[in-house]
Amino acid sequence: MTTLTRPRGRAARGGSSAAAAPPPWWRRQGAQGWLYAGPTALIVVVLFLAPLVLVGWMSLNRWPLLGEAKLNVPANYTKIADNPLFADAVWFTLKYTVIITVVLSLFALGLALLVQERRPGVGFFRTAFFLPGAVGFAAAALLFYGMLNSDFGPIDPILRTLGIIDEPVSWIGTPNMALFSTITLVLWRFAGFNMLILLTGLQAIPVAVYEAARTDGASRWVIFRRITLPLLRPTIALMLIMSITGSLLAFDQFFIFTNGGPDNSTVSMVMVIYRDAFLRFDLGGAAALSVVLLIALVALNALQMRVLRRPE
Amino acid sequence: MRYYTTMSALAVLFLFPLVWSGWASMEEPGNYVEMARFGEGLGTYLSNSVLVSVMTVAGTLVVSALGGYAFARFAFPGKNLLFLATLAILMVPYATVLIPLYVLLGYIGLQNSLVGVALVFVMFQLPFALFMMRNAFEALPKELEEAALVDGCTTFRAFVRILLRAVRPAMVTVGLFAFLASWNDFFAPLILLNDGASFTLPVAVVSMTQNTFGAIDYGMLQAGVMVMAIPCLLLFLVLQRHYVRGFMSGALRG
Repeated sequence: MTTLTRPRGRAARGGSSAAAAPPPWWRRQGAQGWLYAGPTALIVVVLFLAPLVLVGWMSLNRWPLLGEAKLNVPANYTKIADNPLFADAVWFTLKYTVIITVVLSLFALGLALLVQERRPGVGFFRTAFFLPGAVGFAAAALLFYGMLNSDFGPIDPILRTLGIIDEPVSWIGTPNMALFSTITLVLWRFAGFNMLILLTGLQAIPVAVYEAARTDGASRWVIFRRITLPLLRPTIALMLIMSITGSLLAFDQFFIFTNGGPDNSTVSMVMVIYRDAFLRFDLGGAAALSVVLLIALVALNALQMRVLRRPE
Repeated sequence: MRYYTTMSALAVLFLFPLVWSGWASMEEPGNYVEMARFGEGLGTYLSNSVLVSVMTVAGTLVVSALGGYAFARFAFPGKNLLFLATLAILMVPYATVLIPLYVLLGYIGLQNSLVGVALVFVMFQLPFALFMMRNAFEALPKELEEAALVDGCTTFRAFVRILLRAVRPAMVTVGLFAFLASWNDFFAPLILLNDGASFTLPVAVVSMTQNTFGAIDYGMLQAGVMVMAIPCLLLFLVLQRHYVRGFMSGALRG
């Protein structure tokens, strides 16, 4: 190889060594780049791209948990329509996603505005609000499982002392209560997390903008409406996308906390995939559902980016 | 004053469950003893969890430090494609990758294996970790490596001796996120591990509420919650600054 094709790399930058013979292949820019990026590429190809291809292939086969796979296009897809559990799960997951996204976003926005300004003690409050986020979701779900138990947990006695309830409350005993309790759990676990996202957005707004508005005599509400909200728009969009995606893929809270009950009323889409694969031993069916979920999610993400990131 | 009253009330609401769980776990002295004897024994689950977390943190750091350096400093064919493929991990539902991974890890002899679970965690951490490390290397002045190269270091030696030291804060952030994710994750080990002796803590403690024919021992359950939560709480309180920084750079992506 001649000096003409020698990549602009170390040798060129090194100055004094530029006049020397061309470097051996493993010293060249492209080769070196690949050596360093090799482990990344290996992981991405073997543990991400290969599974994506495999899940597509599995969805075209009768693929029992144990035993031989056999091509059965397109049975795994056509039977989705006959899966009543999945249809209910889609509906329930959508309902849950809408409710939790609205409640969580408003609550997190309130918290972020409360801890936005630097004042004494605000660091403590930020930490306190975020602390549940450091606890694993599984641990949080089990914590609430105990805390909301009428016999063991403290919530029923407290509410009884305050005179709010007379009878023990069945916190996960009815479909509505189970959903309500799950929302409380998710709110506790994720409010601080979303607060932190919004806080980074709020702190990126220059103080001078606020000061100028205040000098002009703008009220707090006008400042919030006309300055904070528009400038926070990209951050809010990010939070919404994360919340919607996360909620559509909800699993832990319903598997651990409500166990899908009562009467399968809190079965999420991912729970159906899990049940099909590992309780009904039908990996092919689960793969087909996963592919459908993937396509729906990618389409939704593309749509969300369009709608939410649209410049004003 | 009204501000502080509101804030304190909110803080109480947020901290109460943690305080209650800690108290409930210690109410009966036997809770932790029973928890230690549950199933295969706390020792097994704890060492499984520690092993998976250590492998995940180490694997994520090595892969993302090397990869981040490659993306920050070299031009190589397929660079953009690889970066996009890595970021695409964020777009794909967890379940969509885990169902085939259950089969694929079987093909390569890593079914029901803690190593397999750790590798999967490394993969899921990669988008964030690679992004963090690439930015950290990009922020370093080029003169830093050039000085080392003039001194006769090979690129790799310059990388290990000088650059890695300079990006240490980013590595702490990446390591912290990798630890919290691998220590706490429930779904991946639930799917990929099928033998009680290889369960990690979250799977084991959740199983206290399921497949129990008698009554659930709620005190023991809260002891399990505390064993899972305390390392995370402590680590978060100590490394809070690093956590928030990771957050900021993650949010900047939006």
